[in-house]
Amino acid sequence: MFSPSALDLARFQFAFTMSFHILFPAVTIGLASYLAVLELSWLKTKRQVYVDLYHFWLKIFAVMFGMGVVSGIVMAYQIGTNWSYMSEFAGSIMGPVLAYEVLTAFFLEAGFLGVMLFGWTRVGPALHFFATCMVAVGTLVSATWILAANSWMQTPQGYAIEGNRMVPADWLAIVFNPSFPYRLMHMVVAAYLTTALIVGATGAWQLLRRRDNPAVRKMLSMAMWMLLLVAPIQAVIGDFHGLNTAEHQPAKLAAMEGHWQNEPGEAVPLLLFGVPDMEAEKTRYAVGIPHLGSVILTHSWRGQIPGLKEFRRDERPNSLIVFWSFRLMVGLGLLMIALGAWSLLLRRGGRIFTTRPFLRAALWMGPAGLVAILAGWVTTEVGRQPWVVYGVLRTADAVSPHGAVSVGLTLALFVAAYFFVFGAGTVYVLRMMRKGPQAFELHRATAGGPGEERTPMRPMSAADVGNDDEGTGEALHRDGKGN
Amino acid sequence: MGIDTSVIWAVIIYFSVFMYVVLDGFDLGIGMLFPFVKDKRERDTMMNTVAPVWDGNETWLVLGGEGLLLAFPVAYSIILTGLYLPLIFMLIGLVFRGVAFEFRFKAKDHRRHLWDKAFIGGSVVASYFQGVSLGTFLNGITVSGRSYAGGPLDWVAPFPLLAGFGVMIAYTLLGSTWLIMKTEGELHKRMVQVARPFALMLLGAVVVVSIWTPLRDAAVAERWFSFPNIVFLMPVPVLVMLSIVVLLGSLKSDPHRWPFVAALALIFLGYTGMAISIWPHIVPPFITIWEAASPPASQGFALVGTLFILPVILMYTVWSYWVFRGKVKADAGYH
Repeated sequence: MFSPSALDLARFQFAFTMSFHILFPAVTIGLASYLAVLELSWLKTKRQVYVDLYHFWLKIFAVMFGMGVVSGIVMAYQIGTNWSYMSEFAGSIMGPVLAYEVLTAFFLEAGFLGVMLFGWTRVGPALHFFATCMVAVGTLVSATWILAANSWMQTPQGYAIEGNRMVPADWLAIVFNPSFPYRLMHMVVAAYLTTALIVGATGAWQLLRRRDNPAVRKMLSMAMWMLLLVAPIQAVIGDFHGLNTAEHQPAKLAAMEGHWQNEPGEAVPLLLFGVPDMEAEKTRYAVGIPHLGSVILTHSWRGQIPGLKEFRRDERPNSLIVFWSFRLMVGLGLLMIALGAWSLLLRRGGRIFTTRPFLRAALWMGPAGLVAILAGWVTTEVGRQPWVVYGVLRTADAVSPHGAVSVGLTLALFVAAYFFVFGAGTVYVLRMMRKGPQAFELHRATAGGPGEERTPMRPMSAADVGNDDEGTGEALHRDGKGN
Repeated sequence: MGIDTSVIWAVIIYFSVFMYVVLDGFDLGIGMLFPFVKDKRERDTMMNTVAPVWDGNETWLVLGGEGLLLAFPVAYSIILTGLYLPLIFMLIGLVFRGVAFEFRFKAKDHRRHLWDKAFIGGSVVASYFQGVSLGTFLNGITVSGRSYAGGPLDWVAPFPLLAGFGVMIAYTLLGSTWLIMKTEGELHKRMVQVARPFALMLLGAVVVVSIWTPLRDAAVAERWFSFPNIVFLMPVPVLVMLSIVVLLGSLKSDPHRWPFVAALALIFLGYTGMAISIWPHIVPPFITIWEAASPPASQGFALVGTLFILPVILMYTVWSYWVFRGKVKADAGYH
C-alpha cells in the first residue's frame, strides 16, 4: 500500500499551496499595471470608456488581490512550519531578502490599496492615480524580491558555510545571482501575458454574446496589442533563460530535453515527443528534429549539452514530469504568438471584433497564461530536485521533523479550504467578467472634496451587491468610438 | 562599544507583532462581534469600517514572521515547528475571513450568510489559535540543542487553551471600541453595551495571567517581585488599573474616541508585561536572542533598510487611515 512519508506530504503541501498562490500575483501584477494605464488614459483623454474599464477591472482586481494576500500569508509561514531545517540553515540569507519584500512591496500595496479601491471620491484624481501607481509598483517590486530569493535557491552564490548554516558573504552577489534577471523578466512578462489573455477573452466573450460596445472593443483591442508585442518577446527571454539553465543547472536542462547521453561529435536533436523513463535511462518513443536541440540550446550546429547519465542517479530530476510540463508551456506560448499574429491580420476594417472563429480562439486562450505559468513553475521547481538550495541542501534534509499524521492533517485542511474558498472566488470573478463593463457614474454622497466628505461610498467593497442581473452594458455608447 | 543589532531586531519584531495585535486585533474583533449584530446593513457598516485598511493590518504579521526569520533563524525554526498545528489552524482561519471581505459583497443574497459565517468562524479560529500559540510560547517550548524536541500536541495544555480565550476577549474589546469610534446610531449604542462586559472580562484575564505565570515560573516571579525591579515595574499594574478606569468611565460619559484609546493602552501594557517576563529569551525558557541571532551581515543588511523604510511605511499608513477618517454612516449613498 502507498503510504506517503512526511517529506512527500510536505512537498505536496508546498506544491499545492504554492500553485494556488502563484496564480493570483500573476494576475494582479498584470492587472495593476493595466489599471494604471487605464487611469492615465482617462486623465489624459477624459474619454468615458477608460473610466468604465477602470472600474470594471478594479472589481476583479480586488477579488484576485484578496485571494493573493490570504494565500500569500500561508506561504510566508509555510517556510518555517514545513521546512524548518532550511529556515535555520539558509534563513540568514533568505530572511533579509524576504523582509525587504515585505517592507518595500507588501506595505506599499496594502497602504495604497484602500485609497485605490475606495478613495475615488475621497481624494483628488491625481492622488488617486498616484495610489494606483503605487499599487502597481508594489506588485512589481514584490516580484523582484521573491524572484531574487527563488533564483538564489536555484543558483546560489555569495555565501559561505559556517558550522551548520549558510552566512551571507556578498549581498550584491546574492541578490543578483546568475539566474535572477532571466527569471524575473520571464515571470513579469508571463504575468502581463496572462492578464492580456484574460482581458482579451473577457472582451471576446462579450462580443460573441453580441454585447458590442466601445468598452468591450477597447479591452479586446488593447489585450491583443499587448499579446502581439509581448508574446514574441517572451519567447526570446525564454531562450536566454534556457541558455542560463544550460550553464548553471545542466541536470535540469537534460531532464527538460529528455536527453540521456552524447556520442562524440553528435548533434542534439529537439525531441517533440517522447516518454522519458527514469528506470531504463532512456526516452521511449522519441520523435525529434535533428540538430535543432543543438541550435536552440547552444546556438551552434553540433553543440552538445550534458546528458542525464552524466549525473548520479540520486541527483537527477524527474525527466518525465519536466519534459512534458516544459512542452506544455512552450506549446501554449506558440499559440499565444499565433493568436497575436492573427489579431493583427484581422485589424483592418475592424474584423477583429466580428470574426467569430477568432473571438472563439481568444476566449479559449483565456486561461492559457495561467496554465503556462503553472507548467513553467513545475518545470523549474521539479527540475531543481533533489535540491532545495541547488547543490547545497537537499529537499529531504530541509524538512521539519513532523510526523506524517500532522502533515497529512494540515494538507487535508488546506486542500478542503482552498477548493472551497478559491472555488467560490473563481465563480465570483467569472460572474463579474460575464456581467461586463458598466457605465460608471460618480455618486457623490455629499458635496465637498477630500477630507470634507466623510462618508465613503457604499458598499466599501469594490463590488456591487449581488450579481443576479446580467447587465447588458449596451448603454456604453457615450464616446462613440470603437477602439 | 558596538551596537547590539540583536537587541534592535528584538525591538523591531516586538513592535511589528504589537502593531499586528492592535490593528488586526480590532478587525478580527469585528468578525467576532458579528453574532451580536443581526442587521445586514449594520454588518455592512461594520465591514466597511475596516475594508480599506485590513490588508495593511495583516501585513504586520508577515513582517513579524520575516523579521524573526532574518534576525533569529534558529528561533523561527523552533517556534514554527513547535506551534505547527495552532499556526496552520490560524492561517486557515485567516484565509476564510480574508476573502469574506470581498466575497460577501459579491455573493447572491441567499448565499451571503455563508460568507458572514466564514467571516465569524475565520475570525474566531484565527484569534483563538493566536492565543493558543502565545500561551504555548509563554509556557515554554521544549528544545534539545538547536531544534524543537516536543510533540505535535504540546499546545494541548490548560494555560495555552485558556490563553486562546484571553486573546479572543482582547480582540473583541478592541473591535467593539473601534466600532464605538467609527459608527453612529443603533450600532454605536449596541457596541457601547457590548464593550463593558468584555472590558471586565479582559481585566479578569489580565489578573489571572498575572497570578498564574509568576506562580508557575520562578524566573518570572523573580523578574517582577525582586528589589529593585518591583519599584521600576510598579507603574505597569497601576497603569492597567488607570486604563480600565478610563475605559469604563468613557463608556458612560463620552463613548467615542476614548474607549478605543484606553483599550489600546490596556493591550499595550499586557503585551509589554509579557515581554518583560520573558526578556531576553526568544524561545522561553531556553534560548536567548543572542543565541538565536543570525550573523551580523544579515542583521545589519536588513537593519539599514528597515530603519529608513519603516518610518515611511508608518507615514503612509497614517495617511491612509486619515483618508478614511470619521464616522462611517449606515445610510451613506448606495449604488
